[in-house]
Amino acid sequence: MKKFINNNDDFLKESLTGFGKAHSDIINVNLDPSFVSRKNKTKDGKVSLISGGGSGHEPMHGGFVGHGMLDAACPGFVFSAPTPDQMQAAAEHVDSGAGVLFIVKNYSGDIMNFQMGAEMYSGKNDSIVTNDDVAVEDSTFTTGRRGVAATVLVEKIVGSLAEHGGSLEECKKLGEKVNKNAGTMGVAFTSCTVPAAGKPTFDIGDDEMEFGVGIHGEPGRKREKIQASKTIVGNILEAILDNLKPEKNEKNLLFVNGMGGTPLTELYLVYEDACQILQSKGIQVTKSLVGNYCTSLEMQGASITLLKCDDEILKHWDSPVHTAAMRWGM
Amino acid sequence: MSVSFLISQAKSVQKVIDENSAEIEVLDQKIGDGDHIFNIQRGLKLVVELEDSIKDLPLAKALNMIAMKVLSGIGGSSGALFGTFFMTMAKSPDLDKDVDFNKACEMIISGIKAMKERGKADVGEKTMMDVLIPVSEKLNELKNESEFKSGLNEVIKIAEERMLSTKDMLATKGRASFLGERAKGHIDPGARSSQLIIDTICKSVINN
Repeated sequence: MKKFINNNDDFLKESLTGFGKAHSDIINVNLDPSFVSRKNKTKDGKVSLISGGGSGHEPMHGGFVGHGMLDAACPGFVFSAPTPDQMQAAAEHVDSGAGVLFIVKNYSGDIMNFQMGAEMYSGKNDSIVTNDDVAVEDSTFTTGRRGVAATVLVEKIVGSLAEHGGSLEECKKLGEKVNKNAGTMGVAFTSCTVPAAGKPTFDIGDDEMEFGVGIHGEPGRKREKIQASKTIVGNILEAILDNLKPEKNEKNLLFVNGMGGTPLTELYLVYEDACQILQSKGIQVTKSLVGNYCTSLEMQGASITLLKCDDEILKHWDSPVHTAAMRWGM
Repeated sequence: MSVSFLISQAKSVQKVIDENSAEIEVLDQKIGDGDHIFNIQRGLKLVVELEDSIKDLPLAKALNMIAMKVLSGIGGSSGALFGTFFMTMAKSPDLDKDVDFNKACEMIISGIKAMKERGKADVGEKTMMDVLIPVSEKLNELKNESEFKSGLNEVIKIAEERMLSTKDMLATKGRASFLGERAKGHIDPGARSSQLIIDTICKSVINN
């Protein structure tokens, strides 16, 4: 394992402290229990949005705390759900009287810990669960689909509504709509190495890819020989389109997300391939996002998310945002 | 059950889990995401380190401190589930009186029931509950028996059988559930760690 690391026990604390210093104009980092919150207190009467999850997906979620997006984020250990006391402390810190909306990715550990945090928090709160990964089937026989990159879009769009005075119920409703309108699928070329493990999570050949990989390096649909970008992108889009079935006149946001180890040069190439394929199918791409937003440590690979947009979603996507990892309009 | 019993069991379990950590890590990497063993090891270390702060406390308070430590120090599914287990045990009535075998069984049974509700998982879903629920049922049969030591041998056997039975299951809960058929052929890491914990504690009770 080659990583910038001093000792494993301090890995997360040191990284969080550095994050706090680097973005001291936007956020504060609280340790023990760990949570990232906005530097300026949430204005009275604004619904507070709190997300969180295992670390290793940076900039998600701490990088999305700030104006127009989250009020707080609770980082767990690498790839491990955060603990209920973190959610409780973060909620107590940021709630300005309008209630708290927890945004949770659909993983058993996250669901349980957020539920316990919500039970321990005495203020008004509700939660939404994201499950945009079309790689795994949503059936009564599974925990359901995984929550992955579209969580970024949910946080941005609901963050804007909360900033514009939306109520807890309205924020939840919009979040659920965005989640329902989004589909994601990823592919990995290499594994990632959890610092505590010291070795790669899975073995993969030089000429292989994991199709439908999860954001922790969990196996996906199948292991295949690597192919040309256009073929890979075409297969990913086919799975997403099968699921989302966008109408020809519908507007869409196309989000190409890097897993951490793939350069932007390749991500833009993926974006170009995806645009061409979608255009050939008569599907409109109106908005774009390309970059490393929901990563899996140093994994090489990318995910593609398509979000069907109505006017409400478009308005809240375009509105100003100022966080460590996403900034426009202000 | 006493505070000193809890501390000595935590130490024995820590030793056994450490000895088997490589196996559990590999199981989790096959069908999960590799964090289970680190969470369990971190939790056991934190509980063992509590010794000085809890050794003179009443049982209910000690259990509560263990629950809070587990809940805030582990993370992941294991933290929530084992935190729920200890929190529920701490809420048992009459903990200021002597806790005999019968009472200890009742506490463990209620703890496992709370874990089942928290995780919304039942037998047959390829999780630690595949081991814990049958063990809880067996303890329910045993709790009123004065000669319980031979019964504990059956508990050990049930835990092992049920742990092995997860190998051919299709996961429907937890992170392995996303894999469908590909999770088959691997023992669930949570079932294995739970079985090791039960095995260690039962053997220690039988031998004392």
